[in-house]
Amino acid sequence: MSDSEQLAKTAMWGGVAFLMILLAATAKDSGFAVHAWIGFLAAAAVIVFHARRFPHGQSSPTDASAYLDGVVKAGMIATVFWGLAGFLVGVVIALQLTFPALNFDLPWTNFGRLRPLHTSAVVFAFGGNALIATSFYVVQRTCRTRLALGNLAWFVFWGYQLFIVLAATGYLLGVTQSREYAEPEWYVDLWLTVVWVAYLAVFLATLIQRKEPHIYVANWFYLSFIVTIAMLHVVNNLALPVSLLGAKSYSLFSGVQDALTQWWYGHNAVGFFLTAGFLGMMYYFVPKRAQRPVYSYRLSIVHFWSLIFLYIWAGPHHLHYTALPDWAQSLGMIFSIMLWMPSWGGMINGLMTLSGAWDKLRTDPVLRIMVLAVAFYGMSTFEGPMMSIKAVNSLSHYTDWTIGHVHSGALGWVGMISIAAVYHLVPRLWGRQELYSLRLVNWHFWLATLGIVLYAASMWVAGIMQGLMWREYDDQGFLVYSFAESVAAMHPYYFIRATGGILYLAGALVMTYNLIRTVRGDVRQRAPAAAVAVA
Amino acid sequence: MSKIERDDISGTSTTGHEWDGIKELNTPLPRWWLWTFYGTIVWALAYSVVYPAWPLVNSATSGLFGYSSRGEVAKEIAEAAGAQGEWRDRIKAADFGQISQDPKLFEFARAGGAAAFKVNCIQCHGSGAAGGKGYPNLNDDDWLWGGTFEEIHTTLQNGVRFAGDNETRFSQMPAFGDGMLSPDEISSTAEYVLSLSGQPHDAEAAAKGAPLYAANCVSCHGERGEGVRDVGGARLNDAIWLYGGGKESIVAQITRPRQGVMPAWGGRLDDVTIKELAIYVYSLGGGETLQRQ
Repeated sequence: MSDSEQLAKTAMWGGVAFLMILLAATAKDSGFAVHAWIGFLAAAAVIVFHARRFPHGQSSPTDASAYLDGVVKAGMIATVFWGLAGFLVGVVIALQLTFPALNFDLPWTNFGRLRPLHTSAVVFAFGGNALIATSFYVVQRTCRTRLALGNLAWFVFWGYQLFIVLAATGYLLGVTQSREYAEPEWYVDLWLTVVWVAYLAVFLATLIQRKEPHIYVANWFYLSFIVTIAMLHVVNNLALPVSLLGAKSYSLFSGVQDALTQWWYGHNAVGFFLTAGFLGMMYYFVPKRAQRPVYSYRLSIVHFWSLIFLYIWAGPHHLHYTALPDWAQSLGMIFSIMLWMPSWGGMINGLMTLSGAWDKLRTDPVLRIMVLAVAFYGMSTFEGPMMSIKAVNSLSHYTDWTIGHVHSGALGWVGMISIAAVYHLVPRLWGRQELYSLRLVNWHFWLATLGIVLYAASMWVAGIMQGLMWREYDDQGFLVYSFAESVAAMHPYYFIRATGGILYLAGALVMTYNLIRTVRGDVRQRAPAAAVAVA
Repeated sequence: MSKIERDDISGTSTTGHEWDGIKELNTPLPRWWLWTFYGTIVWALAYSVVYPAWPLVNSATSGLFGYSSRGEVAKEIAEAAGAQGEWRDRIKAADFGQISQDPKLFEFARAGGAAAFKVNCIQCHGSGAAGGKGYPNLNDDDWLWGGTFEEIHTTLQNGVRFAGDNETRFSQMPAFGDGMLSPDEISSTAEYVLSLSGQPHDAEAAAKGAPLYAANCVSCHGERGEGVRDVGGARLNDAIWLYGGGKESIVAQITRPRQGVMPAWGGRLDDVTIKELAIYVYSLGGGETLQRQ
């Protein structure tokens, strides 16, 4: 890039920064103003970045034949950072439910605002960064080509971080469109759309310029995740802003159509973000780590197409026994039941790929984490179809059983497969021989496993108890419990759940320490197992 | 590149593809997996015939038995109402005297009232009906508006200071702090009120407060602070306080009183349920007969 181009670019970003100040000055509400200031800071950061390179234009020539791994490294750091943040907020809100005084009677710290902060932080910030980073890594390796479209991947990375910051600060300030898992307001949605289209472009263009004859199965899953999320995000967030200078907007949908749109989005966020995307991750890292061929190519094809065809119709099972017409409830349920085997195809391929390599579980705790993840994947994809059955749902719906189900999938499957991928990638990306300490990985494994078991088991018990209390009638035909009594009965289970969350967070802290030491290039001295004190 | 190999461990051949060292086995679909998948599809299709499932242009298929979830609920509600119908008819027909003479009927009404209380009343009065600051305790025998069956029933039916009901129980304590009494006078009056319930107080100030009380408070709270039911004037000579019985609370109440509101349940709940609630609240321990008044 020449100096004059560089100058033009800097001027353009200066213009953006100026526009942001203008928006902040004319904003109709404080939330929008704060977001305009964040936009200004982001533009200013870009200017500083360009200015530092200014006199020489380009800093150093990039090797176009090498993989673009810088953005993957950044993605690893972001994954760990947002993971810690998301788990921490999760622990805080679990404790708020146990001890309501911890809401502190402040708008910014109450459960209603922190809950979306937690869900978005773990799903989109932690999970999203893990998906983007690993997809960039995997698509390069399995296509034997550098990420396409120059530095657009870097735009995807930083643009996505800006989205996260806007979303998170918005929640705390009370800026929300109250759509579950899609709380950010219209302008943040527009920004995410731009970033996501750029992501799709990078991924597709890389696939197109691949040097392998076939597209590896992991990339099918990643691609279906990127494409479907784009569609879901755009449709669910169709809205009319009240003012172009204010945060508030109104959805284009209303009533039961709105409910169905939201759950079409919500359930497929689970299906394509948390399932398909992470299956892509599994399909690369499990065979790679086990050093075994994928169990069945045919199964991967059949379960891929059946999964993505069936998943998209299953959303109405979130609206059983509501104003949603009965026919739509039936379809939501039967598509969920048919989804059972397609989901399990991924579990079978994950676990059976280990046949012939099971002995590695004894020596490789990272592989053990992967197996745990796939096991929880299998468990929650059985539980899901079961809970979609109307008779089961009439007991489970609106109870904490649902929360337990989500977390056995989120902590067990999504969390652990991401963590395993991070453990696998960090030494490779930073050019280290191996992790600082496998023993600490083992500690992480057990802390997390115990945390998940406490979480899921307490929520199963609590949820079923809640459901039974709500529907209990005495022999004269009168309700036995008040709602408040069922809330009071939850207290011990909420405490156990919070303990589970604390253990999971503790595991993540152990991981962070281990990864920092790994990046610094330390390798722990290994004494015979019996002689080693617990690290 | 494309080289089909045989995997020694499984004995299966690969597809011949390879990506970054990852190969794929050409294992056929596991039979149990495939047949379970087919099974779920067959079950799904069968379900979609039996139950409403397929959208048409203006409606949807209604299934073999005409199932509808609304119909199901209506049926269950009708069944539940049917099972209680006889009892409810008897409660409807009888007056409170008759109900309390019939132990079985009384017990049914009490249970019905307890269930309705859990849904509608505990938000303010607490699950044990013990109330809280600003919300009366219903277990004691201190009643603002009377504790007979009929009086409780009227309070339930019409509410207290409820804007949507013309018959609602209504009383309004003036805000004496708005120019009627000086802060000093309010303080003295509060000392006098403390003395009425035998609490520690400043005798000198209470003596100053006595005439103020006589001039401003007696008409609603009674000469000795015994309260006046007809106007909802609270009793002040016991240990039961709606807004707190300490000096500060009493001063606050005289200066700018809080006026609690209870919704009128007539029109929200059916007549039998309101009757049942009256019986339940009466039975909590503080129910009064007319004579005791």
